[in-house]
Amino acid sequence: MASIPSPIHPENLKAVNKIAELSGQNVHECMQCGTCSAVCPMVESMGFTTRMGIHYLQFGEIEPVIKAQIGEYCASCHTCVVRCPRGIDVPKVFEAVRQLVLRTNTDLIKPQEIPKDTMAEAPQIAFVSTFRKLTS
Amino acid sequence: MKLGYYPGCTLKTKAANLEKAAMASLDHLGVEYKELSRWNCCGAVFSLTDDDLIHQVAPVRNLIRAAQEGCDTVVTICSQCYNTLARANKLVRDDEEKRDTLNRFMDEEPDYNGEVEVVHYLSLLRDQVGWEKLREAVTNPLDGLKVAPFYGCTLVRPEEVAIDAVDQEILEGFIAALGADPAAFSAARECCGSYQMIAHPEEGMNRAAKVIGAANRSEADALILSCPMCEYNLGTRQGDVVAAHDGLSQVPTYYFTQLLGVALGLDPELCRLDLNGPAAQELFVDKNFIAAATV
Repeated sequence: MASIPSPIHPENLKAVNKIAELSGQNVHECMQCGTCSAVCPMVESMGFTTRMGIHYLQFGEIEPVIKAQIGEYCASCHTCVVRCPRGIDVPKVFEAVRQLVLRTNTDLIKPQEIPKDTMAEAPQIAFVSTFRKLTS
Repeated sequence: MKLGYYPGCTLKTKAANLEKAAMASLDHLGVEYKELSRWNCCGAVFSLTDDDLIHQVAPVRNLIRAAQEGCDTVVTICSQCYNTLARANKLVRDDEEKRDTLNRFMDEEPDYNGEVEVVHYLSLLRDQVGWEKLREAVTNPLDGLKVAPFYGCTLVRPEEVAIDAVDQEILEGFIAALGADPAAFSAARECCGSYQMIAHPEEGMNRAAKVIGAANRSEADALILSCPMCEYNLGTRQGDVVAAHDGLSQVPTYYFTQLLGVALGLDPELCRLDLNGPAAQELFVDKNFIAAATV
């Protein structure tokens, strides 16, 4: 039987496999219905929608997803997980993208630039969450 | 049931108004519990990457502390602590390989296999006290107070740790038991902006504005919360959010435990309404729920 050529460029295979390993999710199960984007509370802040993010990942394109800051803006509210008709844990997928960035010793925020009044007023869980999610 | 209470960092500092009335109410309702004598930060957010086991150590250590103190159930009030502890507990129960790795990593601790049950305070009220008994215990009913119930994310998602199926409406049942009226509130289970308020304040404020707008449309007198992060985004920052968005008006915010304490007729000082700002105090004085001199 003739094999079907993979749409994923060989250079991207390592990163794509890493996303699958970190997230435990198979992005190829996504049928591109866009429900995740329709319910996402932060989608307006992203460079493009979560549906497009998954589509890029299906073709092994990770850089555009990083540039669109999808992982950075995801608030892990899990609304998309409840709604996804294919059962994909979408926050896990974009958490994996975020981790790929953080694990290159890259911080996505600068803690020293948080305003003093925010430091004084915001609860501890807000800082722990922020630093867990956005610093390396 | 031997019930342990896990407070978490924020309740012991910036969210005393979430904790004090809650624990006094349990005493008042005759629910026995023991505050854990040792605990650490829960980690605030559950790790979503499969190889990140190190961040499961903090929540699991808390569950080991509870087991060591003889508790078979641990109750939390903060939504984020609840979510993080409950998910870590589920991971330990469901994933044998990760459980073994965690137990081997913490080899100075007793093995933990998910023996402790993690419950949220609202579930405890519903399942151990019951709405009927709570209704009977109310001596200061919150008559005429229309309340928008805000669940946010971490009490109800993901489904495997949700304290409530959507159609059960636990917060609505709680509000009704106190004599108040639950508002039909379209943003009840939406995101408040979460930690994005710190990382990306403008986007965080835009999100909070949508929740406050929905509370305005519900014509609620008050918005109730169970999470210090929601309180920061929707309460502490509300003045900035309303000022930056046309068509919004202010709505007083309370922790659900403060309504409980007031309705049970506890000493208003315990409810720490002074930490909620003047609007929250004024509304309760106007409604005759508390005397003006007590806040």
